[in-house]
Amino acid sequence: MEANNCCCGCVDEKAQKLQEIIEKYKNTKGALIPVLHEAQELYGYLPLSVQKKISEELDIPLTEIYGVVTFYTQFTLKPKGRYNIQLCMGTACYVKGAEKILEKLQEKLGIHVGDCTEDGKFSIEACRCIGACGLAPVMMINDEVYGRLTPDQIEGILDKYKDM
Amino acid sequence: MEMVNITIDNRKLQVPKDYTVLEAARYANIAIPTLCFLKDINEIGACRMCVVEIKGARSLQAACVYPVSEGLVINTKSPAVREARKVTLELILSNHDRKCLTCVRSRNCELQKLAEELNIKDIRFEGETYKLPLDNFSPSIVRDPNKCVLCRRCVSMCKNIQGVAAIDTNERGFKTIVSPAFNKSLNEVPCTMCGQCINVCPVGALREKDDTDKVWQALENPDLYVIAQTAPAVRVALGEEFGMPIGTRVTSNMIAALRRLGFNKVFDTDTAADLTIMEEGTELINRIKNGGKLPLITSCSPGWIKFCEHNYPEFLDNLSTCKSPHQMFGAVLKSYYAEKMGIDPAKIFVVSIMPCTAKKFEAQRPELSSTGYPDVDVVLTTRELARMIREAGIDFTNLPERYFDDPMGKGSGAGVIFGATGGVMEAALRTVAEILGGKPIDDDSLEYNEVRGVKGIKEASIKIGDFTLKAAVAHGLGNARRLLDRIKAGEAEYHFVEIMACPGGCVNGGGQPIQPSEVRSWIDLRRERAAAIYEEDRSLSIRKSHENPAVKMLYSEYFGEPGSHKAHELLHTHYTKRENYPENK
Ligand code: SF4
Ligand code: SF4
Ligand code: SF4
Ligand code: FES
Repeated sequence: MEANNCCCGCVDEKAQKLQEIIEKYKNTKGALIPVLHEAQELYGYLPLSVQKKISEELDIPLTEIYGVVTFYTQFTLKPKGRYNIQLCMGTACYVKGAEKILEKLQEKLGIHVGDCTEDGKFSIEACRCIGACGLAPVMMINDEVYGRLTPDQIEGILDKYKDM
Repeated sequence: MEMVNITIDNRKLQVPKDYTVLEAARYANIAIPTLCFLKDINEIGACRMCVVEIKGARSLQAACVYPVSEGLVINTKSPAVREARKVTLELILSNHDRKCLTCVRSRNCELQKLAEELNIKDIRFEGETYKLPLDNFSPSIVRDPNKCVLCRRCVSMCKNIQGVAAIDTNERGFKTIVSPAFNKSLNEVPCTMCGQCINVCPVGALREKDDTDKVWQALENPDLYVIAQTAPAVRVALGEEFGMPIGTRVTSNMIAALRRLGFNKVFDTDTAADLTIMEEGTELINRIKNGGKLPLITSCSPGWIKFCEHNYPEFLDNLSTCKSPHQMFGAVLKSYYAEKMGIDPAKIFVVSIMPCTAKKFEAQRPELSSTGYPDVDVVLTTRELARMIREAGIDFTNLPERYFDDPMGKGSGAGVIFGATGGVMEAALRTVAEILGGKPIDDDSLEYNEVRGVKGIKEASIKIGDFTLKAAVAHGLGNARRLLDRIKAGEAEYHFVEIMACPGGCVNGGGQPIQPSEVRSWIDLRRERAAAIYEEDRSLSIRKSHENPAVKMLYSEYFGEPGSHKAHELLHTHYTKRENYPENK
């Protein structure tokens, strides 16, 4: 399974758990959404391998499942790192150079926005205004807020998480 | 039938109670524009092109899904209605890739026609223009999302009728797109390449991979000996491309046009269909007599074969090992015919003119090159042939009478009916009944009506001497699925099963002329074209495969007998299980 080499490494127990989730809903009507929901909680995202398994077990075409996953914003196709960086791309941040911050993040982590580093540690997301325009440009790493950023601060901030 | 009284544009009339407003309007000869609506296939009321005013209703209603009722008062062209339709259409057009001049569907495009009919002179909205990548990795189907109007007809066809679900509506809002899962190419998903999605697409968003250039080049190459072979369903549909009525037989015009295009020989795939019957009939008799794997399932529909490889690998041993007729023919042309005529098989270029897009995929299967060369070099659909004829400036409706070339131009009536659902079964029965029964069957009893027609799954028990042959026929892959599930569950048992991927069989194949939704509301293409096929059968003096002189010659001069070693080498093949969504990237 693709999920085997997913960010967080550990999967076989997860496959077991996924099976249990599916079993729990299998014979109920409208099983798909709750199964996707719990599967996402389990894996953090919904990769092809997981959707394929759900498709086979619930006998719903993969295309239909993928349609549901991409329709609802609550579902995601990409994994999140243990430290998920949300960079605000709202107007205020954008004007104050959020793009330069993004460039720096991408360069330092070697991944694109929307992706996750190989070791499963960091992921970058671009998000809409988080309501901290006074601090623009702003980013959050999990629950921690960093404001008035300049590109040269980025390395130092990331370093704080290196050994955590 | 219970009727109701309605008023439509101030005209009072009575219509059946189960009509929609759209049907009632059409009945009264009042045109209502539609886009997403396709009778029996996509009745989802999504595009709102067809809105009308209903007295008493708060907002405009979609005529294609609104049922009539006693006393209903409808206005189909009030200012509000006309404005709403225009806005809807302009919004669709605002981000449409409006390059009609270079679009394959120009002049046969429902969107273009709507723009004309609704008198659109200006597009008041500045749509965000974006360019999505073309999916042209499949050998059969090209998907161009920039032309898609999100009508979902292809989704309904692929999911509900074909039971494949290779494409669906994904994402939401402005990003909404009809595509395979995970943005994969149609080439990487369990698409059967049947092309039914193309036939229902109102615009140029789905089309066949155009291979006409390859054929033009071959025709220009003096070193090549270019042979055309034509499938039975082409001759009953090609005329539609030139404005002739649906169901017109144009065999002679088609042959004449192919000659003018410069093909060295024009042969009839029906000859190979007859060969298929000899091989497959023998296979059937052997399996029945020797306790082989039953039911035997036909293998001439490459869309069906790919479907089986993806979804029912447990039935792969049930499939007849016979290649599809045009592939057999290609192999015969590059072996027997090449030897007989003293032509280097490397120089023979075989072009199959087919009603089918799946055959483009089939022709490039590596195992289908028994002579060391691909059996078939290029497959053109009926539509592509029409394009070549137009490009060459040939006046199609006005051509001299012409016949297929000898010695491979003789097909029997049995070969012709391969083009309609039930036809392969009937053709096989004509031969098998005679061989198993040990005595000739006369012309009156060689038409097996129980396997004809458009019913999704047809069953028949045919008495041959003291043996009763149990047969089933399914057309459209959704029906195939239902039939196979029943067989799998042990609910049904047969000796012989015919499956064709396309609803109605090849006459309604994914490469056939495209008729707009409105025509399809009145006319069942499957019936009209099949009727022409059965007429063609009746017009021929030889109607049984084993009586075809070309087939007799092939066996006496080359193959020996059906099922011989040589026959197996050239005319048979094997199948492979295919994974549905392979994960290695
Ligand atoms: S799909 Fe129709 S409207 Fe669009 S470019 Fe092609 S012909 Fe024109
Ligand atoms: S070619 Fe057939 S199987 Fe493939 S997407 Fe179109 S309708 Fe579906
Ligand atoms: S590809 Fe064609 S049939 Fe399918 S949704 Fe788009 S316009 Fe409609
Ligand atoms: S809503 Fe009626 S044709 Fe689309």
